Amino acid sequence: MFEPVILTTALINGLMFGAIYSLLALGLTLIYGVLHIINFAHGALLMLAMYAVFFLFSKWGVDPYLALVVVIPGSFAFGYLLYRHVIGKLAKGKDQNILLVTLGLSVVFENAALFFFKADTQTLNLSYAYDMIEIGPALVTLPKMISFGASIVIGLALWALMAKTDLGKAIRAVAKERVGARLMGIDVDHIFAMSYGIGIACLGAAACLLMPSFYVTPTIGHVFVVIAFTTVVLGGMGSFVGALVGGFIIGITESIGGLFLGESLGQIGVPLIFVLILLFRPTGLFGAKA
Amino acid sequence: MTAHHPRLLLAGVLILVLLPWVVGSEFLISFAIIVLYSATLGQSWNILGGYAGQFSFGSVLFFGTGAYTSSILHVTYGINPWIGLVAGILMGMLVGAFVGFLSFRFGLRGSYFALITLAFAEAFRIISNSVEFTQAGMGIYIPLDQHPLNFQFEGRTGFYYVILVFFVISVAIALRLERTRFGSRLMAVRENEDAAEALGVDTFGHKMKAIMISGGIGAAGGTFYAQYYLYIDPYIAYGVDKSVEMLLVSIIGGMGTVLGPFIGSLVLHTINEISRHYIDTPGLSLIVYGVILVLIIGFLPDGLIGLFKRKPKGDDAQG
Amino acid sequence: MLKVEQVSKSFGGLKAVSDVSLEVPEGKIVSLIGPNGAGKTTLFAMVAGFLKPNSGKILLQGESLVGLKPHKICELGMVRTFQITQPFAKLSIRENIMVGAYHHTDNPQKASEHAEAIAQRVGMRMSLDAPADDLTVAGRKRLELARALATQPKLLLLDEVMAGLNPSEVEEILTTIRSIRDAGVTIFLIEHVMQAVMSLSDYTYVLNNGELIAAGVPREVASNPHVVEAYLGHGAAERLNAREPHA
Repeated sequence: MFEPVILTTALINGLMFGAIYSLLALGLTLIYGVLHIINFAHGALLMLAMYAVFFLFSKWGVDPYLALVVVIPGSFAFGYLLYRHVIGKLAKGKDQNILLVTLGLSVVFENAALFFFKADTQTLNLSYAYDMIEIGPALVTLPKMISFGASIVIGLALWALMAKTDLGKAIRAVAKERVGARLMGIDVDHIFAMSYGIGIACLGAAACLLMPSFYVTPTIGHVFVVIAFTTVVLGGMGSFVGALVGGFIIGITESIGGLFLGESLGQIGVPLIFVLILLFRPTGLFGAKA
Repeated sequence: MTAHHPRLLLAGVLILVLLPWVVGSEFLISFAIIVLYSATLGQSWNILGGYAGQFSFGSVLFFGTGAYTSSILHVTYGINPWIGLVAGILMGMLVGAFVGFLSFRFGLRGSYFALITLAFAEAFRIISNSVEFTQAGMGIYIPLDQHPLNFQFEGRTGFYYVILVFFVISVAIALRLERTRFGSRLMAVRENEDAAEALGVDTFGHKMKAIMISGGIGAAGGTFYAQYYLYIDPYIAYGVDKSVEMLLVSIIGGMGTVLGPFIGSLVLHTINEISRHYIDTPGLSLIVYGVILVLIIGFLPDGLIGLFKRKPKGDDAQG
Repeated sequence: MLKVEQVSKSFGGLKAVSDVSLEVPEGKIVSLIGPNGAGKTTLFAMVAGFLKPNSGKILLQGESLVGLKPHKICELGMVRTFQITQPFAKLSIRENIMVGAYHHTDNPQKASEHAEAIAQRVGMRMSLDAPADDLTVAGRKRLELARALATQPKLLLLDEVMAGLNPSEVEEILTTIRSIRDAGVTIFLIEHVMQAVMSLSDYTYVLNNGELIAAGVPREVASNPHVVEAYLGHGAAERLNAREPHA
């Protein structure tokens, strides 16, 4: 079969990407848990953030990891405003509407990117993109290591935000009991927008961590939409732990799948898991019973 | 639900039939072909989404299956594309039955149903991109052999009449839905599944029939595409863009209506042509279209057709 | 007509319905009462096929209903209404009732005529082509009734059909329900509005905490101390008795 080195490398690569998928999923599951909306614009918004990282690097030479400082708050602000003034206003709370509004937004964003940035594939040419680090028998690129570490840190920060701060408590209150929270004086619309903003901030972070090892095109969001949704559904809609664990499972599935089935067919793992989970355990591994 | 004046519809069909004789321009015929083709695909989505209330985000599944079925039969096995069309439609219905059975048996509704259709479309794309049977990423080229018996025509007019027939059939199917018990029950399922079930409607059976009809129509559109453009590949056949277009034209035009997809298609492709005329960069028309979708959801949820509907005469409701 | 034998249902560790047995004779109006959370709606859901009992039998004219889907149960002649009304919102009132009427005809014209007749019977006076969305609460209740009636059921399950109605509306619907029974339909209903239960039912079952605590003619059941306690709390029966003597 495969030599331990190849297997281990695949596993480790899977974990690295998995950490980023966890970030994507965290944002999505937060948005679902609080607003009960399925954010179909998730992939397109990630794509926009990735372009932001690209331009920060190509025009002003900002290192993607340093860009975190700018992109995270920027993404948060964009998400907050987007929810407050567009999604919240148009969707009027109906599940079906929100589905379509976020889909419509993703169409707008993707085609705006196509229009302004053209369809070319863009990558960052980092000087240290191929520096290697040894982990056991495997060699891993430096950016993947940094991304891995950073996503863990950000994940922990998010957990701290939700568990320890007043904002986090308010968010959890609204997630649990919307009307009650409003009666307690919590500005629910503001919390919704905040939650959406934080969800998009996660995308911003993920963008910074992805670009060093990946590429961007206007339609790159499609790939990540399926991955993000699979991760969230696998972990359980609304579950933080689920998003984290799910991310790693999906990451490893992807890389092992690629190893055994080849570049092309190997991708089947993700939609396959998606279908199986939706059919047999729609609440996911850690999700609350509907 | 809406009163369709049969004479108006007949007049419309007549105009469409006479169009190539009245209009000389190849360009306009091409435009008409695209509009009708897009409207037919939109109707596929509309049957399942607008009438049965099951929103699919992966309707491209049927399109691609139709396209690949007829193309593989033609290129690999030498089977006549007209027969391939029938085979494609059957395959489309089969795929619909497959996805429908799994989804509905397991009780997937709303967003979950939308997600699983997305997953299936993705899975089919990945598989068709990887196996030799579909020529993997290279795609399939249909050899040029212009003869009506070969489902290829010199010039556009032949193709125009084929797609016109498909379109009229799809509209007729929607009309039937509005006039029969099956359609009424289907719409009841859309409005409230539990209540429909309690009133004796076999909701599972009805949803299955709807998805199979959707599958057949979508597949026919797929075969048409393959024969018109003479090339398909996994991205064209199963890429998410087509799914989005299929639902966009229906929702913007007016879902759950007979002519909604046609209106939506007309508007989309008109915007397309106009924006291409001024700024020939891809993406612009869809930006506009996406904005229109978002606005329609917010302000005109019945779609553009809502502008034409008169409110039914209802007095103030008394108990 | 309907026989429920030793039916139980648990959710996780909670026993919602415990070994309940009851009977609904043909042509009668039988009511099921009890405080909130007693398990009435769960029992109803099981009878109507929306929930599966963990144990017990449910028989409609001798045929077992357990495991059958609701639409099949409707074919056997039993139809339910919902406590929280479930109109087909975007369809017109006529189209709503037609869905029920389609149960025994596939001709749209006939179904439409039948729908009109039913609407009359149930006392719906507004234009039938208005969207169902426009109806008031009382209107929606009537619509629920009309839709169910249109299927020409043998047994009608009414789930708190009076909830949300004002006294005059209650009176109207009482009359309507009586006339439905007089036309030969058996009726099994859950109700909170006591006036309705008393004046309507031939027989009453009382549920509390998932168990059957009393059964009998309404007047008897009303003065049953266990029933009083179930509604008003422990010791209430005694207190009431102490304050005023039996009528």
